[in-house]
Amino acid sequence: MSNQLERYKYDVVIIGAGGAGLRAAVEAREAGLSVAIVCKSLFGKAHTVMAEGGVAASMGNVNESDNWMVHFRDTMRGGKFLNNYRMAELHAKEAPERVWELEVWGALFDRTKEGKISQRNFGGHEYPRLAHVGDRTGLELIRTMQQRIVALQQKDGRDHGDAEKFIKVFAEVTITEILKENGKVSGAYGYRRENGEEIMFEAPAVILATGGAGKTFKITSNSWEGTGDGHALALKAGGHLIDMEFFQFHPTGMVWPPSVRGLLVTESVRGDGGVLTNSEGKRFMFDYIPDVFKDKYADNEAEADRWYTDQANNRRPPELLPRDEVARAINSEIKAGRGTEHGGVYLDVSKRLPADVIKKKLPSMWHQFYELAGVDITKEAMEVGPTCHYVMGGAWVEPDTAAVIDVPGLFAAGECAGGMHGSNRLGGNSLSDLLVFGRRAGLGAVEYVKSNGANPVTDGSVVAAAAKIEAPFNNPGSENPYALHHELQETAHNLVGIIRTKAELEEAIAKIADLRARAKNIGVSGGRQFNPGFHLTFDLDNMLLIAEAAAKSALIREESRGGHTREDFPKMSPTWRQVNNITTWNGSSIAVEQKHLPDLTKELFGLFDIHELEKYMTSDELSQSRGGSN
Amino acid sequence: MARTMKLRIFRGNSKDGGLQDVSVEANEGEVILDVIHRVQAEQIGDLAVRWNCKAGKCGSCSVEINGKPRLACMTQVASFDEAETVTITPLRAFPVIKDLVTDVSFNYKKAMEVRAYEPPADLKPGEARMQQIDVERSQEFRKCIECFLCQNTCHVIRDHEENKKSFAGPRFFIRLAELDMHPLDTLRNRKQSAQEEHGLGMCNITKCCTEVCPEHIRITDNAIIPMKERVVDVKYDPLRWLGSVIRKREGIN
Ligand SMILES: Cc1cc2nc3c(=O)[nH]c(=O)nc-3n(C[C@H](O)[C@H](O)[C@H](O)COP(=O)(O)OP(=O)(O)OC[C@H]3O[C@@H](n4cnc5c(N)ncnc54)[C@H](O)[C@@H]3O)c2cc1C
Ligand code: SF4
Ligand code: SF4
Ligand code: FES
Repeated sequence: MSNQLERYKYDVVIIGAGGAGLRAAVEAREAGLSVAIVCKSLFGKAHTVMAEGGVAASMGNVNESDNWMVHFRDTMRGGKFLNNYRMAELHAKEAPERVWELEVWGALFDRTKEGKISQRNFGGHEYPRLAHVGDRTGLELIRTMQQRIVALQQKDGRDHGDAEKFIKVFAEVTITEILKENGKVSGAYGYRRENGEEIMFEAPAVILATGGAGKTFKITSNSWEGTGDGHALALKAGGHLIDMEFFQFHPTGMVWPPSVRGLLVTESVRGDGGVLTNSEGKRFMFDYIPDVFKDKYADNEAEADRWYTDQANNRRPPELLPRDEVARAINSEIKAGRGTEHGGVYLDVSKRLPADVIKKKLPSMWHQFYELAGVDITKEAMEVGPTCHYVMGGAWVEPDTAAVIDVPGLFAAGECAGGMHGSNRLGGNSLSDLLVFGRRAGLGAVEYVKSNGANPVTDGSVVAAAAKIEAPFNNPGSENPYALHHELQETAHNLVGIIRTKAELEEAIAKIADLRARAKNIGVSGGRQFNPGFHLTFDLDNMLLIAEAAAKSALIREESRGGHTREDFPKMSPTWRQVNNITTWNGSSIAVEQKHLPDLTKELFGLFDIHELEKYMTSDELSQSRGGSN
Repeated sequence: MARTMKLRIFRGNSKDGGLQDVSVEANEGEVILDVIHRVQAEQIGDLAVRWNCKAGKCGSCSVEINGKPRLACMTQVASFDEAETVTITPLRAFPVIKDLVTDVSFNYKKAMEVRAYEPPADLKPGEARMQQIDVERSQEFRKCIECFLCQNTCHVIRDHEENKKSFAGPRFFIRLAELDMHPLDTLRNRKQSAQEEHGLGMCNITKCCTEVCPEHIRITDNAIIPMKERVVDVKYDPLRWLGSVIRKREGIN
């Protein structure tokens, strides 16, 4: 094995070629490091490509009142104050720079009349804030970053005679293990999907940018790559995950036909005027405005409708409440028997905008419904329902450097990192998160490599990593990976889904343990060459960890907040607000520990109206924080 | 409304292979990728197919269905008669790796050969001013999901292996056109470079590429033909060339 093993040496290995990974790569290369970018699919296909609505940044192009403080407040509110405040602060402050930088690199965003980058409304954002390109913003972001990488490579080609001297993309490679020596990262190990051959990267720093974990659930908007690999790699390397109970169920996924169930219907449909109605024709969101949001959302149709043209003098339509609220409302309507034929509710933009405007503003939505469901959204309503969309929980990191806590040399950014979004992410805040923390992870790795230097991989680590890859082929077992994956998705969906109870979570934990035991008996048919059954065996192992972490964290958190709703504890609890659930893996099971959330600094505390904070914080906390920590 | 679907799928690799007949259940509203996945889960565990988003957004699942280049995730089962046997084969312009997966690295090499976008040296973040109408032309080309169906269908690539060296193909003609029409790009020789370095002249405007583009990008009408026409202008009219350079610079404040 090790004599013909494909090996490389880099300063930093980046696992993931979505927005976060590519932004990290640019930063690390520009600082002079050599960079390997590794991804499971072809270059330019990462999940980021699917993002539709836009990237949030308080540039203030459409409404000048916007600034980082407003964005910060919206982000904290959206996350129900469970966010790591420092991450939310950095994100709000740096997002505009990151978006403008994309423009310098060739991105072509839609424009305002003055020729600036246009910004659209989105749920939870006080002002129009999402820079966008129709409804294909993620594609623009990926393509821009991909072309930026190519530009750097071309320059290296001209300056050094080898375009791949400092940045090389290893597409269709799956990393299965972070290698460590002397307690620090020494590299990464995996296999080429194309031929099943193993591959080893020696590097003192590794950045996880592997995206989400939606494929753990039955109904999801995520692509096949969303199997929580980075989460699992961090855990297995001795790191921790934070707040894994929080999954975002996007309120509007397609519900019909079954083969597209879960596919995303972008929030821009609501941002651009789409309304939600039940089978009785009632615009039901007015009945679901929670107390904490009563002063910001219209309680009648007339005011809600006026808002689209006059935002200064009217409150927002309740369709634009944060996603968790809208998803729960839709769920309740369906459960109460007011759903559509196929178990959704109606989302209609056809009565609000002329056909040509719909086609222009929402081209891929029009396309998607027309081609996949035979529905013309310029003439009829869509049927929509909740779909698992985003994981707020992720690797526990240092806010400024994106360093994974307890694993020197490991960094994490993008969807696979936790903390930034608290209990619920606002739309558009992910693409900006990728850019802000992708860059910071790149910088973090640069600093680390400069002060730590090489950390050679030993043969022992290689042998151990190789043995794990070979295992499924040597196993005479009879379990089918596809069938196990299907069972896991059912379990996660039914028992760890949008509404949870103690009994169901306990049942889930038992089932997941059972699935883990059965997964040891997976037998893989066929050879090593591009073998999806073999690939799934590794992805499944990661999803089992995700499901276990989610179920156990959810069982412990006895309250409802953001992307975690307990039927048996339906209220937010100010005491639970002070707590992060931190998960650790000991090689056979997940343990969950509670940590006190960092306190808001005095400066940030001062950005809020005290009466608003009273809705979230304990009175002790309020009197202490008025003094503030710094 | 389940039905049985008869498929004939290519199984094999670069050395050998052939068509294998399978029958599989298909449900209402399903696309070809769904039935391929069912075959994978229930009958041929190691059947190789590339895919990612299953939403027509990433351009991974390109195959040939009854000989036509298509996205497997956007081709409805209902568009085929129940009696029909549907043949699914890998893209034929690129070498097979395994089953339906081909080696598309040709396209990434070509991407590397197109000189990157070059912003004005003095462009500061946040200062660009462009009108919607001026960005829309390039935006059309930036819709490209890199499915490479156009590359696969273009006879210049498909039928003549020897052309691959000097011909970038329609995907990269739209990239060049995008840069040519980009209000901020400062490299002024995009059209000539399309002609002289990327083989635009070998294209004889058959429009096959436009027909297969799942993003409905008007590759020939909006990119290839205007570039061909203007290559001629530019070559013989220095004044006009200067004009176009000045127009580009107007985009910046
Ligand atoms: C349909 C949809 C629409 C969305 N719209 C928006 C929006 O409008 N605005 C917004 O802000 N957010 C949106 N989001 C969320 C946002 O797109 C994602 O959170 C974000 O793109 C994640 O980016 P990332 O860089 O973290 O990872 P990804 O883009 O998911 O990339 C992950 C990368 O890691 C690689 N990888 C994973 N595991 C491994 C492994 N084991 N070995 C090697 N490589 C690996 C993958 O191949 C891939 O390259 C949307 C999400 C969906 C599903
Ligand atoms: S129009 Fe030109 S590029 Fe397009 S398929 Fe025909 S020859 Fe190829
Ligand atoms: S131009 Fe169209 S057919 Fe060609 S790669 Fe792009 S999306 Fe595919
Ligand atoms: S799987 Fe993404 S385009 Fe078909």
